Amino acid sequence: MQATRRKIITFIGAVAGMALAPINLLAAQWNAKAFDETRFADSLKSVGALDLIESGQIQLKTPEIAENGAIVPIQVISEIPNTEKVFVFAEKNPQPLVAIFTFVKNVEPFFATRIKMGESAKVHVVVRADGRHYTTSRDVKVTIGGCGE
Amino acid sequence: MADPMRIRVVRNGDIADVKMLIFHPMETGYRTHAATGEIVPKHFIQTLQATHNGSTVLEVEWSRSVSRNPFLHFRLLGAKAGDKIAIAWQDNFGATGGGEATIK
Repeated sequence: MQATRRKIITFIGAVAGMALAPINLLAAQWNAKAFDETRFADSLKSVGALDLIESGQIQLKTPEIAENGAIVPIQVISEIPNTEKVFVFAEKNPQPLVAIFTFVKNVEPFFATRIKMGESAKVHVVVRADGRHYTTSRDVKVTIGGCGE
Repeated sequence: MADPMRIRVVRNGDIADVKMLIFHPMETGYRTHAATGEIVPKHFIQTLQATHNGSTVLEVEWSRSVSRNPFLHFRLLGAKAGDKIAIAWQDNFGATGGGEATIK
């Protein structure tokens, strides 16, 4: 009788575990503190991007002039081995941290997306690889700012 | 699933280019409503996950500085015909959406 009850309890536990699993999948990490920082230096600190190393092994493509700050195309390729994460910052946006990409497995350390820029500024990219932080940046001239968009 | 999205996958050998367009306003919270003058509340996708045959390959965290109707392009390694790519996102209101594509 006792054994049966234990089995039932174990079974209930397993079902509860299965029910929780999909919820955990959806509740992905969002670094609220870092995304809310209003100064570039603070947003770097909040993601732990310290002791930055300038690197020629990060290809950052942005337009030199973005006529519409609401749509600024950006493409990043990291040639740094073991690239785990890439952080994107628009230095003069109200909250400079724009995006964090985590390359979990079976993907190239590459992405392309479109971002908003409030005004002409440097776009910085930080690559985390083997616990170190590598960086590069490019100037983007914005004709019409896009943060009201 | 709130809004629809489009996913396009082009495979070349074992590398697949995955491009998507998600329909979402990505409101910054800095825009005022033209007619009422009221501030439009911030409303943006915070997290996005890409899975390949059920296992996570890419995790993305976005701010409100990502453009309206976000575009994302990434490259999958070890892609085979018949493999499934799934995208799932969640915004700051807790709304979720996503889509699926089969690699050809």
